[in-house]
Amino acid sequence: MNRRLLPLALWLAALAACIAVIAHTRFVADLTAFMPRAPNARQQMLIEQLRDGIIARLIMVGIEGGDAAERARISRELAAQLRADPAFIGVQNGEAATEARDRAYFFDNRYLLSPAVTAERFSAEGLQSAIERSLEALSGNAGLMLKKLLPHDPTGETLNLLEQFTGDSHPRQLEGAWASRDGQRALLLVQTGAEGSDTDAQAAALEHIRAAFDRIPGRAADTRLLMSGTSVMSVASRERIQGDIHRLALFSTVLVVGLLLTIYRSPRLLLLGLLPVASGVLAGVAAVSLSFGNIHGLTLAFGSTLIGESVDYSIYLFIQRAAGIEGRRFWRTMGLGVLCSLAGFSVLLVSGFPGLAQLGVYSIAGLVAAALTARFVLPGLMPQQLKLRDLAGPARQVDRAFRFARRLRPLLLLAVVSAGAWIAWQGDAVWNRQLNALSPVTPAEQALDISLRNEMGAPDMRYIAALSAPDSEAALQAAEALGVVLQAQVEAGKLAGFTSPAQFLPSQQAQAARRAALPDEATLRANLGQALRDLPIQPARLEGFVSDVQNSRQHALLTRQDLAGSSAALGVDSLLVQRARDVLVLVPLRAPAGQELIDIPALDAAIHAAGLKGVTVLDILEESTSLFSSYLNEAKLLVGGGMLVIFLLLLFALRSLPRALRATAPLACAVIGVTAGLLLCGITLTILHLIGLLLVVAIGRNYTLFFDAGSHTGSPAQQRQVQISIVVANLTAVGSFGVLALSEVPVLSYLGSTVGPGTFLALVSAAILASKAPADAHAD
Amino acid sequence: MRPDLFRLAIAVLTGLFATIGQAAEWQLNDLMQQLAQNRDGRATFVEKKYIGIVDKPVESSGELRFTAPDKLEKRTLKPKAESLVLEGQRLIIERPGKTRMSLNLQDYPEAAAFVESIRGTLAGDKSALEKVYRLTLHGSAEKWQLILQPQYSRMSDIVTRISINGVRGDVNRIDFDLADGDRSEMFVTKVVAQ
Repeated sequence: MNRRLLPLALWLAALAACIAVIAHTRFVADLTAFMPRAPNARQQMLIEQLRDGIIARLIMVGIEGGDAAERARISRELAAQLRADPAFIGVQNGEAATEARDRAYFFDNRYLLSPAVTAERFSAEGLQSAIERSLEALSGNAGLMLKKLLPHDPTGETLNLLEQFTGDSHPRQLEGAWASRDGQRALLLVQTGAEGSDTDAQAAALEHIRAAFDRIPGRAADTRLLMSGTSVMSVASRERIQGDIHRLALFSTVLVVGLLLTIYRSPRLLLLGLLPVASGVLAGVAAVSLSFGNIHGLTLAFGSTLIGESVDYSIYLFIQRAAGIEGRRFWRTMGLGVLCSLAGFSVLLVSGFPGLAQLGVYSIAGLVAAALTARFVLPGLMPQQLKLRDLAGPARQVDRAFRFARRLRPLLLLAVVSAGAWIAWQGDAVWNRQLNALSPVTPAEQALDISLRNEMGAPDMRYIAALSAPDSEAALQAAEALGVVLQAQVEAGKLAGFTSPAQFLPSQQAQAARRAALPDEATLRANLGQALRDLPIQPARLEGFVSDVQNSRQHALLTRQDLAGSSAALGVDSLLVQRARDVLVLVPLRAPAGQELIDIPALDAAIHAAGLKGVTVLDILEESTSLFSSYLNEAKLLVGGGMLVIFLLLLFALRSLPRALRATAPLACAVIGVTAGLLLCGITLTILHLIGLLLVVAIGRNYTLFFDAGSHTGSPAQQRQVQISIVVANLTAVGSFGVLALSEVPVLSYLGSTVGPGTFLALVSAAILASKAPADAHAD
Repeated sequence: MRPDLFRLAIAVLTGLFATIGQAAEWQLNDLMQQLAQNRDGRATFVEKKYIGIVDKPVESSGELRFTAPDKLEKRTLKPKAESLVLEGQRLIIERPGKTRMSLNLQDYPEAAAFVESIRGTLAGDKSALEKVYRLTLHGSAEKWQLILQPQYSRMSDIVTRISINGVRGDVNRIDFDLADGDRSEMFVTKVVAQ
């Protein structure tokens, strides 16, 4: 009695523990789980920037329909509503008020902001040469605009400051608001208060924008709201993933339950058959939650495949037990099968994609739990005398089909050899190296994002100089030191320009030094009088300058608060990223005019020569391409290794090379067949397809193993029972992975479209390649 | 006076006025047509800006080049090199040692009105000029003066009057009168192609 009760008690306790863990599990659906975990610091920075940086908090908004004036009005009304909403910390739409505030910020604070402010500049000689230069500028085409600045800013600091930003493109102005180049869309840039990784808050923020748009009075009926940005995509893919989880779970459950009911015709056996599945799912979720602290929506959606895999155990158990096949041999075969599956899934654990690692943990824990439940709990719960529906009829049909299939052997070999040759002939073209191939974002969403981003004139973030410092003051000081080197490069024509957070908000140290360099009124008047002696300007005309310099000497140093409401705030927030332990500084670089590339080694050398440490210059395009390539190579290696481990396991278990080869031959056929099929459909292979192929091997070997085990012993009737149990098990696996192929999320559909057909091909090939079984000899 | 004679006098006078009106209208169109025949013109310029706070005029000089239908280049050589190239709606400003700036004129309606006054005149593009300015023509085909007055306050807040002087098909002087009392004079001398 105890031998029956103990496993049951342990099982129930384990289930209770799993449920307790699951109750505290956080479900997430951010995009970065299926971005590779970067192997080096530069690449890690890329991902962190995407996940935490301001970029993830920006929402690009477009308004279409109506006429230009109506779109601009809606843009202003929407901006006014959003500015009043605490969910947003910045709204920009090119309104005159913001532009004026920007200009006022740089003009009012020019003596704290301008790197040119030194004591020498305010000496008589310094003033004379600066004013001479300003007079020269008056002769230029912009002279009539610059003359307004002259009485207050004869040294041209405002112009110096604004010149730092030339080359930054901005959207065009139309009817007093930003508009796309063709003028058909009004544009806004919105910055949320919540972190980009807080998908719930981002979803709420998007709702606020939609509601605010709907509330705008008298809005023309044909006007539409468009939104894009990292958060929009995260929210959309989360919704898509959640929809998928429900759909996939429902489909697989209906499929498996329907299939089992057809075979068992017993609700009790059905429930018992689902016990390993349920235990597996609970154990999987709990294991992921314990090892990652959360579970990704995609992992749950992937869970439906576990149903297909783990329900097999009870299928084998019930059908083969009913046929009176000896338990020990059966468990040995199944144990080997579980080991092979584990070998396949454990490859996911070491994958560079955090999301895939979750799938690995989930599958391994789930399979072990399902197998243990099937091995130790089910036998105690199932009826002593297992009365299954008589499967002799279908079994005989399956047997006939299998025997016929063996005649197709030459055809299969021919097909596999030619498919293999065709794949080999395609060479490197079979691989998909696009970074966004795995992204759950639809092509339409990507296209909208690219078009809004281009119209917004968002800085091309291809080249970035990055550094980190313990706090923002140190970070700004480091950015200023870097700025000196970069400015020299600009003057040498090696760079067109750069955007540093210190241009918007200098370090306190630099501001204090500039403030200290400003002379008192008497000194300034004396120096100015001397400077103007040979210049065609009367000192009396520059009273505004004298009083502005005096005011600046009393001015409090600028902090982030002084930037509120200006576009400089966005500049500082996006380029000065507060992280858990330090502050990251990003300095986007612009390639020289007429040139697309920046000579990174030369720039590195200049930075090094200036004695600056810890500055990294990144080419983001290059980094992300090489990132993905390196992951594809890693996946090739892992998948190859996984397949080898499975082969060695088989070899060890079967203790015969010919038998092991015979057991793996159908798997090779399946892998080649499904690869050729995908390529024929015009699909190039991603990392996920590659992993799918490994799963084909890991799951497919179940069928070949049982074929092998079945072909050596047992009565013809038992033989036929084994065959039918394999067919049923295969149908559940094909079904549950096939359902996955219908998913809208690429990660899932890639796996599904590989593993579903692959497992079926594995079974068909196994049947075709099976050696002449004793069953044939005794066939009645 | 007999009614017939009166009618005749009216007819003659109206006819006379009509002829005068036609003559003026014809002259503006004629000037425009004549100007439109300049396919490619090169000139040197000297520009003097009279700016209130500066005691003496600020002077600059350089070259002008117009290529039909819509390309205008102004290359300032002294005192500081600067090049301004207007082609279609794109304005490109280049200064040695500075980043090249490229502006879309549609985004800067005031700047567009400024440069259009010169380009529209050189191109003989009456309709482009009339979009922004009221045109008045004085003088004769031999020696004429075209006055451009902004139609809209956004522009007239900046410039009150632009006067362009010429001899036959050549422009030789452009004056801008600014709303704040400052003004600029540009003297243009045609370079005869060798």
